[in-house]
Amino acid sequence: MADPKGFLKVHRVPSPERDPDERVSDYKEIYLTLPEDELKEQASRCMDCGVPFCNDACPLGNLIPDWNDLARTGDWRGAIDQLHATNNFPEFTGLICPAPCESACVLAIDDDPVMIKQIEYWTIDNAFREGWVTPNPPDHRTGRTIAVVGSGPAGLAAADELNQVGHKVIVFERDEGLGGLLRFGVPDAKLEKWIIERRTDVLAAEGIEFRYNVEVGVEISIEDLRRDYDAVVLAIGSRVERDVEIPGRNLDGVHFAMEYLYQRNRAVARSEGREGREVAAEDVITAKDKNVIVVGGGDTGMDCVSNAMREGAKQVRLLDVYPPVPEGGRYDFTPWPTQPRRLQTTYALEEGGHREFAREVIGLEGEHGHVAGALVREVTGNSSSTLVPVPDSEYTEPAELVLVAIGFTNPEHDGLVSDLGLDLDRSGNVKAPTFRTSADGFYAAGDVRVGASLVVTAIAEGRRCARIVDHALRASVAA
Amino acid sequence: MTERFNDPNIQAPDRVGELSRTRFVGGVHDPAWQRDSCGVAAVARLDNAARHEVVSRGLIALDRLEHRGASGADETTGDGAGILLELCHDFFRFRAPEAGLRAAALPGPGELAVAVCFFPRERARSRELEVRLEQLVSEDGHKPISWREVPVEEAAAGKLGREAAPRILQLLIGRGDAVSDQDEFERRLFLTRRRAEIEFGYAASFPSFSSRTIVYKGMLTAPQLSEFYPDLTDLELRSRFAIVHSRFSTNTLPSWELAQPLRMIAHNGEINTALGNVNWMRAREATLSSPLLPGLEGLFPLIPEAASDSAAFDRALELLVLAGRTLPHSMMMMIPQAHEHRDDLPPELEGFYRYHSRMQEPWDGPAAMAFCDGRTLGAMVDRNGLRPGRWLITDDGWLAMGSEAGIFTVSESKVFRKGRFRPGQLVIADLDTGAVHADGEVELEEARRHPFGLWDSARTKHFNEIEAPAARLAEKLPAGQRRLAFGYTQEDLKILLMPLVEQAKEPTGSMGNDVSLAAFSEQEPSLFSYFKQRFAQVTNPAIDPVRETVVMSLTTRLGAKGRLLSLEQDDSFQIEIDDPILTNDDIDRLRNTDEPELAAVTIDATWPLSEGPEGMAAAVERICSEADEALADGATMLIISDHEIGPERVPIPSLLASAAVHQSMVRSGTRLQASLIVESGEPREIHHLAALLGFGATAINPYLMLETIEEMDEIVVGGERLTPEDAMRRAITGLCAGLQKVLSKMGISTIHSYRGAQTFEAVGVDRDVIETHFAGTPSRLGGIGIAGLAREAFARHARAWPELHGLALPEHVEEALLAADHATLLPQGGVYRWRRDGERHMWDPETIASLQRSVRDAESGQESYEEFSRRVNDENAGHSLLRGLLGLRTRPDGAISLTDVEPASEIVKRFSTGAMSLGALSKEAHETLAVAMNRIGGMSNSGEGGEDPNRNTPDPNGDQRRSRIRQVASGRFGVDIDYLARADQLQIKVAQGAKPGEGGQLPGHKVDAYIASLRHSTPGVELISPPPHHDIYSIEDLKQLIYDLRAANPTARVSVKLAAEAGVGTVAAGVVKAGADHIVIAGHDGGTGASPQSSIQQAGVPWELGLAEAQQALLDSELRSRVILQADGQMRTGRDVVIAALLGADEVGMSTAPLIATGCIMMRVCHLNTCPVGIASQDPELRRRFKGTPEQVVTYMIYVAEEARRLMAALGIGSFGELVGRTYLLDPTMNDTNWKTTALDLRPLLAVPPVADGRPKGFVKSVRHSDSKISFDHRLLVKAYRAHPGTPGPDNPVKIRSAVANSDLAVGGSLSNAIVTDHGPEGLPEDAIQISLRGSAGQSCGAWLASGISMSVEGDVNDYAGKGLSGGVLAVYPAGDSHFAAADNVIAGNVTLYGATRGRAFFSGCVGERFAVRNSGALAVVEGVGEHACEYMTGGCVVVIGPTGQNFGAGMSGGVAFVHNPDGKLAARTNHQLVDLDPVNPEREPALHELLTEHLRRTGSEVARELLDRWADAIEEFTLVIPRGYKEAMARFAAEQADAGAEAEAAA
Repeated sequence: MADPKGFLKVHRVPSPERDPDERVSDYKEIYLTLPEDELKEQASRCMDCGVPFCNDACPLGNLIPDWNDLARTGDWRGAIDQLHATNNFPEFTGLICPAPCESACVLAIDDDPVMIKQIEYWTIDNAFREGWVTPNPPDHRTGRTIAVVGSGPAGLAAADELNQVGHKVIVFERDEGLGGLLRFGVPDAKLEKWIIERRTDVLAAEGIEFRYNVEVGVEISIEDLRRDYDAVVLAIGSRVERDVEIPGRNLDGVHFAMEYLYQRNRAVARSEGREGREVAAEDVITAKDKNVIVVGGGDTGMDCVSNAMREGAKQVRLLDVYPPVPEGGRYDFTPWPTQPRRLQTTYALEEGGHREFAREVIGLEGEHGHVAGALVREVTGNSSSTLVPVPDSEYTEPAELVLVAIGFTNPEHDGLVSDLGLDLDRSGNVKAPTFRTSADGFYAAGDVRVGASLVVTAIAEGRRCARIVDHALRASVAA
Repeated sequence: MTERFNDPNIQAPDRVGELSRTRFVGGVHDPAWQRDSCGVAAVARLDNAARHEVVSRGLIALDRLEHRGASGADETTGDGAGILLELCHDFFRFRAPEAGLRAAALPGPGELAVAVCFFPRERARSRELEVRLEQLVSEDGHKPISWREVPVEEAAAGKLGREAAPRILQLLIGRGDAVSDQDEFERRLFLTRRRAEIEFGYAASFPSFSSRTIVYKGMLTAPQLSEFYPDLTDLELRSRFAIVHSRFSTNTLPSWELAQPLRMIAHNGEINTALGNVNWMRAREATLSSPLLPGLEGLFPLIPEAASDSAAFDRALELLVLAGRTLPHSMMMMIPQAHEHRDDLPPELEGFYRYHSRMQEPWDGPAAMAFCDGRTLGAMVDRNGLRPGRWLITDDGWLAMGSEAGIFTVSESKVFRKGRFRPGQLVIADLDTGAVHADGEVELEEARRHPFGLWDSARTKHFNEIEAPAARLAEKLPAGQRRLAFGYTQEDLKILLMPLVEQAKEPTGSMGNDVSLAAFSEQEPSLFSYFKQRFAQVTNPAIDPVRETVVMSLTTRLGAKGRLLSLEQDDSFQIEIDDPILTNDDIDRLRNTDEPELAAVTIDATWPLSEGPEGMAAAVERICSEADEALADGATMLIISDHEIGPERVPIPSLLASAAVHQSMVRSGTRLQASLIVESGEPREIHHLAALLGFGATAINPYLMLETIEEMDEIVVGGERLTPEDAMRRAITGLCAGLQKVLSKMGISTIHSYRGAQTFEAVGVDRDVIETHFAGTPSRLGGIGIAGLAREAFARHARAWPELHGLALPEHVEEALLAADHATLLPQGGVYRWRRDGERHMWDPETIASLQRSVRDAESGQESYEEFSRRVNDENAGHSLLRGLLGLRTRPDGAISLTDVEPASEIVKRFSTGAMSLGALSKEAHETLAVAMNRIGGMSNSGEGGEDPNRNTPDPNGDQRRSRIRQVASGRFGVDIDYLARADQLQIKVAQGAKPGEGGQLPGHKVDAYIASLRHSTPGVELISPPPHHDIYSIEDLKQLIYDLRAANPTARVSVKLAAEAGVGTVAAGVVKAGADHIVIAGHDGGTGASPQSSIQQAGVPWELGLAEAQQALLDSELRSRVILQADGQMRTGRDVVIAALLGADEVGMSTAPLIATGCIMMRVCHLNTCPVGIASQDPELRRRFKGTPEQVVTYMIYVAEEARRLMAALGIGSFGELVGRTYLLDPTMNDTNWKTTALDLRPLLAVPPVADGRPKGFVKSVRHSDSKISFDHRLLVKAYRAHPGTPGPDNPVKIRSAVANSDLAVGGSLSNAIVTDHGPEGLPEDAIQISLRGSAGQSCGAWLASGISMSVEGDVNDYAGKGLSGGVLAVYPAGDSHFAAADNVIAGNVTLYGATRGRAFFSGCVGERFAVRNSGALAVVEGVGEHACEYMTGGCVVVIGPTGQNFGAGMSGGVAFVHNPDGKLAARTNHQLVDLDPVNPEREPALHELLTEHLRRTGSEVARELLDRWADAIEEFTLVIPRGYKEAMARFAAEQADAGAEAEAAA
């Protein structure tokens, strides 16, 4: 049983990070961990609620009170078992999940929530250190073979689950490394890439086969898939980015965030002697010595800021269309335990980026076909439908690089999706209400099905999809 | 009497002596579930001379008991009255001419018998029976002489009584020539009567059939009896004894047959174990034979179906006596004294009880019995003294015994001796010699008749003496895998087993049970969870197994049972074991023992996977027939084992396997040949063990639970890591304590009687399954059948071996499997704590969040409420609740406009919030609810914790913080005259849905100074509420309490809160007859501040069942319109409210939902004082976090009412009152949620008794019994007080002198009300009103006596004297002309000064059991006390200058007692759990001296005078009884005072 009075005795402490001045000059992890004893103490703040809202808020249904209790007593072995019971990759979520669990924590009603994420990360990191995460291949094989297309968190989770119940799983990845956006979107500062490999090595040792640099639908035809596999899981993400429709969008130096982040992650990889595709010199996007404007105040925008600062940009401005979120992150219309809109005082701003709230970019100005400045105005309103410009508030900002980071619209329709003739939903995502697409034997999981979302959602998608696939295969055995 | 359970679809044939009106069938109420209780008395001459005066004195006693009886809707018809007399030979000689006989033709005394017959009134039919009876009598060698039609005065009976009356005949029978003596004559008459009973069936009954005794009885009130039967006033009718009985029945079906006395006994009380006792009697039949009763085997069943518990007892007793045992011997077998945990019994007596436990289990439950076989008259009360009884002997040869003092008028100067009945002890009069024995002589004489102790020990071994090779069955499979297969969850380990080991007791939880019923759950709940524990309410008391452990026993005997009727030494070989839980070593020892006379046979209770689920039914049959074979081969222990579980073998649910074998053995009469031992991996909770035992298992080896506990090697207790042995020992200790709790909540004290007593109700089990394997258990809605159970067993098996089951597992099973594959984790469970993938709960994150949103943001509130309500209503329908399955028959054509529906402001007046005490809740939360409910005209409830008098004053803004409902619960915390007088409704909490049959505990850390002041207790000291109200052990006691409360507050409604269980309708009818205005039916899902987990989860049933049953019972008994019916239990939405109304509720109560509106998030830590939102905590820091407001509650209530209005409009109903009871607006056919709910038959919920056609279905108006208006108080006391000029005071006193009688109840109560109404809580100055009474005062004399009243009674008082004493002074002493020693004289009954809060009381004489229970402030002096004195006391002071009974100071957490203890015997009689015995220190001496001086002054006590005369010596002989926690708290307080003083000094 949890200590019912823990929360009265122990207060939350800030989670430690490396000094911004130091970290901005390298590409290493910026997060530090608390000492074990302090984490145990923090875990004792968990009240083992009768109705644990954290468990509900977590898309994976992580058994947070259960492993908090084990962490409190230092039973890290028990804790990792509970953690792995619902989460295939706690090291990913432990680092980059926005932690809806913490917003929903009952202590967050009028106190600071339990440090769930830090405890999670320590638990898995410790488990790797202790050698508890070892390959554990299934006892028996079903003789069924499944293709998973895409190696992002959804694909990997589906692959892991399906492999564990005895199916042969082959994961196809069109890029040179596994992880999807985890590898190419998220900067090393938040997630060093060896962490992905540490996990995929275990998966490979458990029998999952990974094939890199394979464009499914091109190099492997749909007919091949149908012939060689009992089921195909599409986990190809939702990679079409939302664009701004403003004058000057076509100028050179205006890019989608992901273009930039992919390049940066590959460059970092190469600088560390890892594989990373190169682009032609003229296509290289760099922030070095430039005035950079990032449009969009979300995580992706922040990652752009972080990269630009590390490249040595002259200045980096992030323009957020919304006003600052109230203290504590809650509007009246999002009372506890609904998810608040979060105030993004993330790491990147501490490193020198500058954010302006309630600013809308309404045009880009160029010189010689290259962007040189952005026309900005002030707006009011806290949702897209209520935005109102402030009269006479327009001004111009210098900008040699503009990065558009305002989200994603839908999966790529060209290629597999259209070749398979998959039905789409109203948002343009692949329609698969029960993970089954309109093409027999093809399943969809993750962003491709639900639109761009969190890593934690992607893992949950992969797990649930795997269950459906397995179910269907078992049924077909019987038939 | 107790209930019996019939298939409601079978129409019972007409019974003689019952109305032939249509019997209500097809509902959830069965009219046959009757309960009753009564007054009983006996009068006898001790000079061996039969006189008519005995009869008339008996009838007078009966009249004086009338206030204990009841009448029904027809106020002129009584529930029953009767008299048992000696057969008067002269009377029949004298009356012979009537029968057409010459007196000379009659045989002589002892050779004449009279068969009293109730025959049909239809002459032809009666005539047939007469002829046939004569034939039977002749065939058996008797001489039928003549018929006598008993003269009756029909007009004397009430209307219903007349309509139902049978033809009453007496057949005079002469002794046959071949019959050697009168004993044999009696035995033969019995055999003849049985033959006739079997042949005639329901058409006839025989109130008596004897040459020694005769019975006159009927459905009459006490005064009607003698008018109805002119015989009784015939001076020729003479007898040496008379036993009389006046009945208060809850039943609705008039019956002449059920009136008492029966043939040998008259019983006041209830045999809780009757169903088990009757089953065991049946099981015993194959071995019942006696040389004295030839042909007995042709006369089975000896206890007919449908016998009441009293009738069954009567028949069992009769059998023992006729088979050759004496009447006292037989009674001692039926109701043995508690003999296991005490050392004060003579060894012979202990040997006697031990020996007889070989053959018969006790008939357990509250009982005052008077009994007579014509030669020996006796009486006794049960082992726990739960019914009262007093006796007296006069100088001139009278013996009178009865339920209370005052039934026999005699001048005190003629009293030779007075006494009370002591628990389990006999009072026996030999009518031939006139000797009376009341001090245990008879018991000893019986016990010495044979060397019973030696007989027993020669054929009994204690389990520890059994030698056996230590060969443990090898476990083939890892425990983890087996846990999966038996359906274990992580919660079982974490929430149940770990705390069980850590604390060695059952874990505690809080809030209500809000998970799906097993009947809905698709998570394969174990079979155990379909069975809900039943519990005692109103008609019998629960027991406190912790504080009164002295009466509890788990001792179990293994092996064949002895032959009941054999008078020889029993030769069966038995093993005695301390409790019925066998460890894994134990079972191996049993199995492998070399003991030649033990033959254990193991029967495999698994079936092959390959047979599929279909294989289970055959497997159940197989194990039953294997059991038969094993018995034929001489087995004395059958081990039903699922040890063979494995990938290929699926376990039969252990409860099904063992109940099936038990019932099959009972049916074939072989059950007594062997013990039934369950060896199963499935049971892992106290409830599981209780269910196995309750359905017949002798002992249980829960091997997997024990293995799991052995693995818990991480547990540290007291700084040391537990060894596996320690862990096991602690777990078994905890399990035993938990089992005792389950027994005690039903009022059963021994496992021997509990075994097979089937005190469960099934919810959602098919009737065929019940009929075959759980016969007699109510299961009112049908449900899952054998195939479904097999399917669930199969699915559980699949959790461990999914690959063998192939395909298509339910998703949550897969989920668990995936989890398990990763880490061999068990499924979460999610029963005690919500988990996303666990059991469904009514309150989950979405419902909580949406409700809170709806009351916080006005703009989006409506939308959020609608989301809340939709979720709740959908969830209800889908997965959780019976009401969810009921459709509303909205009528598109019949809908009315919303504007035509009464406004929400009217509807909310029918809402109240539940009883949550200040103590459980913080002051802020408590007052928020009160203000909110007062604003809308509803009511809030104080709960059990008193109320701050400041809250009676409105706030400046007009808000009222007063709780309009004031609860009167078993602890009586803060219940004084002022608290009562300021209520609009007084609610007697008989049972709480979350923990029916249990008391409560407010831990010391929640008792701060404020709470302590409201409860009259000490800060920091825990407070204990007893399981029962110690003034409600029966329905007539409840009637008395209602009377007392009316005296204290004549305008408040009196409400009785009951919890839903089978039979609650019957209880409700009784409660209305007892005079209540209001009844709450609480569902099993109600909340709690702290309860054992098994009680929260496993006791009681949903309110839908309870409400429908109460509605049907009240309609059937034509009592519905007199009472307001309220339903409560997780009521959340307008739809819930509307359905409650349609099922019969006039009002609804809500608790959890309004708390959630104020911020509760269902932490379920109310018992830990750590509520993070400040609702259920007293921690000032946490209380600051409370953000709730009255507006939130008001908003929520209005939303609910508005939703109800919309539904009402759609139903076409304009006002809430019109909804009530319109069950036809509900559609029972929408139950297709899942394969399980489809099997439920909901129609019984909606049935309406035919008698209710055209009558109101809801409350119309109260019918107040007028007796309180003509009460003693109003006739005399209040009148004198009102007439008195000026304000009474010591200088201007009101002085009243009067005689008083036992029919004058609650004397002083109404006067006290008048005083606090006029003068406020402080009342008047001392001695302002001086009342001197003379006589035997009725019950509750001096109840709630307010400050300023000094009342003296010269004579004696009955039970509950000084109840709730609120500042007044009560003195009771013997009349000046009495010549018996006052100190030996019993002057007051039981439960004196219960819940007293202030004032002083002086008793110059001894009192009964439970003196000053829950006293919190009164000072008292008494000259001798019975058992359990000062129990649960929290304050005040008691001085005992005389003997004390057992269990002194149990649960006493505050106050002190001074006991004159010259012989040092107190220590052995004290319950040392909480108290220390110290010498009296000089600081306390003056207080003691002062009290004794006042005692002498007020009573003239000789004992006090003697002590004061030699004070210096006497003081040394006193012992101080002081609770340890209290002592510490006082010391702490003193230190703080000293510190404060020092600080003040320093500051100065």
